[in-house]
Amino acid sequence: MSAEPLLSVRDLRVTVSGGRAEAVRGVSFDVARGESVGLVGESGSGKTLTCRAVLGVLAPGCAVSGGSAEFDGLDLVGLDRRGLLGVRGRRIGAVFQDPASYLNPSLPVGGQLAEVLRVKLGLARREARDRSVELLAAMGLRDPGRVYGQYPHELSGGMLQRVLIAIAVSCDPELLIADEATTALDVTVQAEVLELLARLRAERGLSILFVSHDLAVISRLCDRIVVFYGGEIVESGPTGQVLAHPAHPYTEALLRVASEGDWTRRSLEVIPGQPPAAGAEIAGCRFADRCAVAVGRCHSARVPLTATAPGREVRCVRAEEPALAVAGAAL
Amino acid sequence: MSTGVKGGTGRDPNGGVGPDLNGGDAPLLRVRGLGVRLGSPAVPVLEEVDLTVRAGEIVGIVGETGSGKTTLARTVMGLLTPAAGSVEVDGVAVSGLRGAALRAHRRTGKVRFVFQDPLRSLDPDHTVGAIVGEGLAIAGVPAAERARRVRHALELVGLDPALAARRPAQLSGGQRQRVSIARAIVSEPALLICDEPVSALDASNRNHILRLLDELRERLGTGVVVISHDLGSLAGIADRVAVLYRGRIVEEGPISEVFDDPRHPYTALLVASAPRVRGTPRHDLARLRAPSTGGTGGCVFAHRCPFATGACAAVPPPVTRGERTVACHHTGTWSEAARVPVPAE
Repeated sequence: MSAEPLLSVRDLRVTVSGGRAEAVRGVSFDVARGESVGLVGESGSGKTLTCRAVLGVLAPGCAVSGGSAEFDGLDLVGLDRRGLLGVRGRRIGAVFQDPASYLNPSLPVGGQLAEVLRVKLGLARREARDRSVELLAAMGLRDPGRVYGQYPHELSGGMLQRVLIAIAVSCDPELLIADEATTALDVTVQAEVLELLARLRAERGLSILFVSHDLAVISRLCDRIVVFYGGEIVESGPTGQVLAHPAHPYTEALLRVASEGDWTRRSLEVIPGQPPAAGAEIAGCRFADRCAVAVGRCHSARVPLTATAPGREVRCVRAEEPALAVAGAAL
Repeated sequence: MSTGVKGGTGRDPNGGVGPDLNGGDAPLLRVRGLGVRLGSPAVPVLEEVDLTVRAGEIVGIVGETGSGKTTLARTVMGLLTPAAGSVEVDGVAVSGLRGAALRAHRRTGKVRFVFQDPLRSLDPDHTVGAIVGEGLAIAGVPAAERARRVRHALELVGLDPALAARRPAQLSGGQRQRVSIARAIVSEPALLICDEPVSALDASNRNHILRLLDELRERLGTGVVVISHDLGSLAGIADRVAVLYRGRIVEEGPISEVFDDPRHPYTALLVASAPRVRGTPRHDLARLRAPSTGGTGGCVFAHRCPFATGACAAVPPPVTRGERTVACHHTGTWSEAARVPVPAE
């Protein structure tokens, strides 16, 4: 066990619209071995683009324009296709939001799992089948032998997501990237899948990079939270600390709009205004226009991400002001 | 572009009906003993469903995929024919209407629907103005009047009327869902049915849309049914909630009471499963998830219920106490067994 992080993203920049707009603007974070890190933010904040850049699966028109993403010492940015194939699927697994669209509807799911084992690990047909059934059982699927022969349309969303997680962890990867992996699931199934991920982490020492717009979901699974806004990181830190004492007004606003768990509340909070368009050039803080505690200097100069405590960073000129917490609470 | 006087001679001259609900306390929507069977061979999707929605009230419907939420909404819209029971909207028995009479009822615009996915339910080739005004055009509302009402509807949902010239692809997700709602309210419906209106949106946009629904019921007296699997978003706006499981309503009542102190084990399971950033649930998730102690048949939840006994082989009748209705043989007893130990107070 080394102290080196498993994944180290440094000053990553991603452009969209054929290079015209910079949607990820110099993002840096680490994922340690065995650690679970959650990226949270609104739609369009750049969290998914960051994951896709790490996986080397950016959509056409999107490109990495700077920075690095080192996985166990190997820079994934600029790695050729052959190099990426050696890492993706074997050492980094990935699960996305809509499980049905990642499986071939005309083939039984078991064969699709076994195929990965045969191609990536070179297992024989028989062996791949046995391992697949074992994996399906490990995902908590009842009657795995039967599931093996079933087609995607015969399985529920939760079962399909378990099959995809089985595929993602089939080669015993060191890192699992889960992008909104539980968003489309029913609440009871979501809780089960989150527990499955936590168990895989405990049993296999898996590191997890979990992307969600839902703070409550992240808080269930992740050791650390990284908050994205307008293509930048605005705050990061241990989950418990960030939730108990958010240092950035945006994190504080995200917490206010998360209503889960408080059933008697009769008012719905919103964050006024709209996030900046991808790539918008803004002189000062990107959140200033929507911020309830913004002052003149917030609009004039770029705000750096500053370490406020070990493992905690925040991008706010007023983060250290003690009065801020009071002002935030009175909004 | 004027439709001339011809439009006025249609079957239903009052293209949109305002919520002139002077029928005292008569509910806007009354569903009684509803049964729906779908597929071939037909299988029951809804059984003995009772639901009431009054003017200005928001009622949430929760339940997992396949529990019959969308089927219930479609039946209320008159898109499906019930096998049993009745659906009455504003005094009209929708479940008895057929053919031209049903079409005429739909064109009154009294009941409107908001779909889950705004991108897929908005025609990409039409402008926002055309999308919002289409229902009025079909009902024969003259162009000038139509333009005025489209503008008004867009303002009501908080969109700049200048957006009327844009197409759906030029809008953000939250704006598209507002267009869906503007389209639904342009005929000033008495009843609005929203099928997962916010599940495609992030937390802030989600609350914007929910607030909007809340404002509409205040300002227009619209009755609103919100289908959602997201308990948190319902808790913020709904007055009452109905919990569906496998086609039956297992619990119903004021939403804060139902979520705070569930009386059906399935509701408790939903509430304990919901991710939360604050508070602790009343019931222990592991206990609620323990293997079933009962068989199948009878109570719809018995196959999953850790508290089931022989009594659960019979369908539990819904029992109403005060404002709350529960269909469970063991309502007062299971809850203690599943409680999260509370630190001494």
